[in-house]
Amino acid sequence: MQHWAVLPILIPLLAGTLMLLPPLAGTIRRQRIASLVSLTLMLVGALVLFRLSTQATQLYVLGDWQPPFGILLVADRLSSLLVLLTTVLAIGAVLYSLAGDDNRGKYFHSLMMYQLMGVNGAFLTGDIFNLFVFFEVLLIASYALLIHGGGKQKTQANVHYIVLNLIGSAFFLFALGMLYGTLGTLNMAQMSTRIAGLTPGASILAEAGALLLLVVFGLKAAMMPLHFWLPKAYASASAPVAAMFAIMTKVGIYSIFRVHTVVFGEQAGDLAYIAIPWIWPMALLTLVIGAVGVLAAPTLRTLVANLILISAGTLLVAVVLLNTQAVIGGLYYLVHTTLVTGALFLLADVIAQQRGQASDRFVVSRPMKQAPLLGLLFFIGAVTVAGLPPLSGFVGKALLLQAAQTATEMGWVWSTILLSSLAVIIGLSRAGTNLFWHVSGNKTGTDNARPIQLIAIAFLLLASPALVIFGGPATEFAEAAALQMQQMYPEVQTLIAEGQP
Amino acid sequence: MEAIFAFCVGLMTACGLFLTLRGRTFPVVVGITLLSYAVNLFLFSSGRLLINGATILGQSDQYADPLPQALVLTAIVIGFAMTAFVVILAIRARSDLGNDHVDGRNPPGAGLPSDRLKEKN
Repeated sequence: MQHWAVLPILIPLLAGTLMLLPPLAGTIRRQRIASLVSLTLMLVGALVLFRLSTQATQLYVLGDWQPPFGILLVADRLSSLLVLLTTVLAIGAVLYSLAGDDNRGKYFHSLMMYQLMGVNGAFLTGDIFNLFVFFEVLLIASYALLIHGGGKQKTQANVHYIVLNLIGSAFFLFALGMLYGTLGTLNMAQMSTRIAGLTPGASILAEAGALLLLVVFGLKAAMMPLHFWLPKAYASASAPVAAMFAIMTKVGIYSIFRVHTVVFGEQAGDLAYIAIPWIWPMALLTLVIGAVGVLAAPTLRTLVANLILISAGTLLVAVVLLNTQAVIGGLYYLVHTTLVTGALFLLADVIAQQRGQASDRFVVSRPMKQAPLLGLLFFIGAVTVAGLPPLSGFVGKALLLQAAQTATEMGWVWSTILLSSLAVIIGLSRAGTNLFWHVSGNKTGTDNARPIQLIAIAFLLLASPALVIFGGPATEFAEAAALQMQQMYPEVQTLIAEGQP
Repeated sequence: MEAIFAFCVGLMTACGLFLTLRGRTFPVVVGITLLSYAVNLFLFSSGRLLINGATILGQSDQYADPLPQALVLTAIVIGFAMTAFVVILAIRARSDLGNDHVDGRNPPGAGLPSDRLKEKN
């Protein structure tokens, strides 16, 4: 058996734990080196896994306890793509933090590693109970990361975030109990084959379980009525943490993809696509709320946090359209939006530092020391995230708009996505004008941005032109991933069938 | 047995949900604890309730489902850690923000009786 599939979980676990122990614990320098080393290893691991998964789905059975009962990791195209994306985003966030953000509180690098372990695990697991476990791993790391650096705002936002997520975890377990009670398994591949055969009584319970899961994943993904925690939490988190959190809503969306369109997919009989009618209005409303938030935001960080809501809404639309084209567009858009919003959070922090007292609020302030450079980066980020040609946001949104097929779908999807894009353009132009042109006096601050900060931002923003240049291979890969995802792990099903006496 | 069990789990969930909707951190933490108790009991029942079910092979004709027990154990450990964290955070929030409201500020007119007394004097 090849061990590549378990490395994205094992490396950060070991690195994070080592950083708590004596030789590394005391000095931030050693922790930084350890963090960079483990990120490099993870990048190599993720790239190899990515290549391997294009040939065949990588299964990893921990401790050789055969499914459906053991811990099973499945690295198909989609999972390994997301693991790679997480690693790249983490490299950007950690590089940025080296400028000093990691030293504002203790254990930053260690917590970052645990966070990565949780996110990678959630993407790789083939078992819905382990999805819960990895959710908890990534959540408990994120609770601590959110208050990294301290301060009233962070504590306040964190209280809401933790209480909501703890209630969410309780609901997750209720849902798992219902699904296990009715289906007798928690392995996703096996669940998908058993749903159609349920008796009417059990089927109602399974339906309740599936919809409870939607509430839980919706909370993670910041779906409309469950999104209130997000803008405040993301806007108050320190920059590298906020950038890393850009992947967290995507974990929720990935879970909705897997559970509600594949496990409860076509083959599920009466329960086929049970949650889709619920997600439709929520997805569109998330877009609307995000657009309103972008227009109303008083600071750049709040604005970017609302961009995360818009991307969540757009991705939910990709989920509910239920065709391969939509999944292709969704995957392309997911990679683009995660990296670009991450970069914008980092950029907002640099801008806030150079504006002194005014921070990132949209008020008149002293000019920035490196205004031309930051302005250029902001312009690239804004064009990308708003979806203007020639950068990747445009391609992603165009692919998604093409996926709407019937007249009703077109009416709803085109109008909301395009209107929200318009709101983003207006909001970002207003932000840019206020931040860069509404200045008083000529006196700038004294500090330049650290080179490593600019490198981190440029590294994440580079993803956008790269996605356009390699647009052909990227969409081909997304298509293969989409087709593979719709067949709910056939390899696992054969493995389970072989294991049955 | 099923009826009493279901009633207890339901009552505990209801109490937990009610308490989590309160405005101060202490009742919210108690509410989360109650919810996690309810969840743990509920997970047990997902393997069906059974009297005299053996846990070790070869001891009986009737066996208890071992998987929910493993799940409950995991859930208890995780729930315990999370509760510990939220308690610490609540204490931190009390000292950082100067009050124990979940929003970080007392809503106007909803202060504690002792606060109102202070305002009067």
